[in-house]
Amino acid sequence: MKSRVLGFVALLAVIAAAIFGLFVVPADLHQGDAQRVMYVHVGSAWLGELSFGLAALAGLGYLWRRDLRFDALAHSAVEVGVLFTAFAIWGGMMWGRPVWGVFWQWEDPRLATTALLLALGIGYLLLRRLSDDPTRRASRAAVVGLIAALDIPIIHFSVIWWRGLHQGPTFIDPAKSLKAAVPMLFVAALLFMLTAFTLTWAWLLIRRYQLARLETRIEEEVRLSRINAARAAATAPGGAVEEPAG
Amino acid sequence: MTDVEFVIAGYGVILGGIAAYVALLLRRLRIAREALDRAAGSPPPDAPR
Repeated sequence: MKSRVLGFVALLAVIAAAIFGLFVVPADLHQGDAQRVMYVHVGSAWLGELSFGLAALAGLGYLWRRDLRFDALAHSAVEVGVLFTAFAIWGGMMWGRPVWGVFWQWEDPRLATTALLLALGIGYLLLRRLSDDPTRRASRAAVVGLIAALDIPIIHFSVIWWRGLHQGPTFIDPAKSLKAAVPMLFVAALLFMLTAFTLTWAWLLIRRYQLARLETRIEEEVRLSRINAARAAATAPGGAVEEPAG
Repeated sequence: MTDVEFVIAGYGVILGGIAAYVALLLRRLRIAREALDRAAGSPPPDAPR
């Protein structure tokens, strides 16, 4: 019930934030209307990285406690994280072409490391399909999730460490975020979309976690029914009954 | 393409993608609940009769 309320609030927030960003906030003086893509691009990028960070923490939790609920959380976070990372890349391309003149540039470290995060996320999801053993699968996935999370600080600091097309950090730098060079209406639109997307992300994560737990229970039920069927077949008349020793 | 077309493409794919994922997720949840009910309530298909 609570997640339904969250879903409804998230839906309203995304609609309101999109209307605000598209129709209320004026176009940027230099970038024109293309700047409006920033609101969804930054929101997606933030949630992509948050998802992979959460997946790494959940993976650590699994390796420490061997509790499959941590694995379900990590799996859910990576799936949602792949989605938002792909959206961040798409949004960046839709902004980059009119502003930078190119959709993509492999030489840019922020772009390349974000693409690497997406590839690692897809690899994580593919790796999970290789094993039917839940514990082996969870251990392998936790390790890959931790490796993927190593890319998050590299993505963040890439614009400081190396030169590229992408601008430097804005929100993490207190000097810039407290004294923004853009009108506050632009900052409000960005914060509004960040909040709306974060609410949506929370709802998606809750629902995906519920699905992951259901899938685990189905796997257990199928395994139990197979074991019971094998036992019944072995003890049935004419079945493969083991001869008593002696 | 004009700036507005890039904005439409950006918002369309991202918001449309979220909507599509929500629909897919709810469908997967419904199918999983039905599968769990079947798995828990009925004997396995290969059980001896």
